[in-house]
Amino acid sequence: MNQISIFLENKYGRLNEILSFLAASKVRVIAATVADTSDYGILRLITSNQQETYSLLKENGVSASLSPVLVIATAPDTASFAETIAHFTKAGIDIDYMYCFSLGEKVAIVLRTKNTDAAHDVVRKNGLDYIDESDLI
Amino acid sequence: MKEYWQKDLETMHRSDLEKLQTERLKKTIEQASNAPFYKKVFAENNLSADSITSLADLQRFPFTTKNDLREYYPFGLSAVPLKEVVRLHSSSGTTGNPTVVLHTQRDLDEWANQVARCMYMVGLRDTDVFQNTSGYGMFTGGLGFQYGAERLGAMTVPAAAGNSRRQIKFIMDFGTTALHILPSYATRLAEVFQELGIDVKKDTQLTTFCIGAEPHSEEQRKRIEQLLGVKAYNCFGMSEMNGPGVAFECKEQNGLHIWEDYVIVEILDPDTLQPMPDGEVGELVLTTINREAMPLIRYRTRDLTCFITEPCPCGRTHRKIARLKGRSDDMMIVKGVNIFPIQIEKILMNFKDLGMNYFITIDTIGNNDEMTVEVELSEDIQIDDYARLQSLSREITRQLKDEILLTPNVKLVEKGTLPQSEGKAVRVKDLRKLI
Repeated sequence: MNQISIFLENKYGRLNEILSFLAASKVRVIAATVADTSDYGILRLITSNQQETYSLLKENGVSASLSPVLVIATAPDTASFAETIAHFTKAGIDIDYMYCFSLGEKVAIVLRTKNTDAAHDVVRKNGLDYIDESDLI
Repeated sequence: MKEYWQKDLETMHRSDLEKLQTERLKKTIEQASNAPFYKKVFAENNLSADSITSLADLQRFPFTTKNDLREYYPFGLSAVPLKEVVRLHSSSGTTGNPTVVLHTQRDLDEWANQVARCMYMVGLRDTDVFQNTSGYGMFTGGLGFQYGAERLGAMTVPAAAGNSRRQIKFIMDFGTTALHILPSYATRLAEVFQELGIDVKKDTQLTTFCIGAEPHSEEQRKRIEQLLGVKAYNCFGMSEMNGPGVAFECKEQNGLHIWEDYVIVEILDPDTLQPMPDGEVGELVLTTINREAMPLIRYRTRDLTCFITEPCPCGRTHRKIARLKGRSDDMMIVKGVNIFPIQIEKILMNFKDLGMNYFITIDTIGNNDEMTVEVELSEDIQIDDYARLQSLSREITRQLKDEILLTPNVKLVEKGTLPQSEGKAVRVKDLRKLI
């Protein structure tokens, strides 16, 4: 599935401004993370509807794009978390970044790799619990 | 087939053209000596129309500067009785006293002819619909193009500056084929077209843009052409030389023909004031030879350019000057290096991940001058990749350093955050304190 990435200038109040656009809509934010450098950050979001969120942001003049990520559900314990990541390590796949959110009783791990095809193979071969946008509604 | 507005004059043999220039120069000097300013200057230097026997004799005459125009404001350079003057244009005077340029009816007719010649040269005809998005009033890009386009016979729409939606409505309703437009505003207009969901290439009849009044790079021209599906021609003018029409690109788009039956062109070393060798950049110095009310002798324009010496395939014999490098007044000196905003623009326009808008700030940090270049990202950039954003800023920094020889701070900003103007773009802010 896709996540939404937003270019965030290092400017007082900008995060608040962007979130207020979303708060005024039907879109539900499910996960959010911000990484920063000194001049700008990237805000990454997973919402109840990525395409709608994307259009909404564009209409409000926010620099945003959609980018593919892999979302996998695991049991909420460290061993399961470690085991999931180990599958990718064994397959020789580099992880660019990851973040998590809670999904009912489970933990959803959001992974970004450069090699999406190989990552999907890992999911299939190991029977991992793959999360789709329809699971989030 | 080659077509000209005035074939005889535009393709005149160089030796005939020089003969014409010499005659007109002699007449101009005679005319100028009626003006209080030149009367004094000629007397002090023991010069008169008799001093002219060939073009080279012009070099015996002193220069005229903007300061002279200010000092003799408003009528000290008038070479005709004021009752013969039918129009006055004045510069804004934001950097000092205003200056004034006066015209007789004949001057206005000649100016209109000059602009019509330029427009004809880029393919415009009496069947065109020409919309002028220039400010009217004192700004010469308004009336200058208005009268030129009417002389050409085009249907002329004096839309004046600003209000993009109204401009677009006119373009759609009247079937506008040509615009006179500031290059920075052309890119703004392209955005508004996009916002309105109008495909310029399919839904309008636009073919030709005359862009000028602010320095712009070849790269910016290409972007305008791509974004709007038009041919964009560089036009050069300045209020002291009437306004638009002084020099204009032909269809070759490689340098601007400067009309040598209207002006005598010199390109001089700004320090020694000696002629630069052909092809080397220097200050453009112009002498009007077809103006009654207010002749100017060896006027220092402060604009920097060079001659393009190869003959032009279009067949016109009037020499070409290169795209203006900027005015010597626009030049920034940072850490002892001379920099023109257009050098920076040229680099930025090559990155497809960047938008059209940028802003340069110079400030003193500690004891050092620092230059910061803020530049908007393009709408289509993939934002997710940090490495990509970082390598983008690194690459911009590297290329800028190669061009301007110092390392600026490059700051990527969101599209739409930098000041967006519908008039001349202000792109530089100098915050340095003079010590």
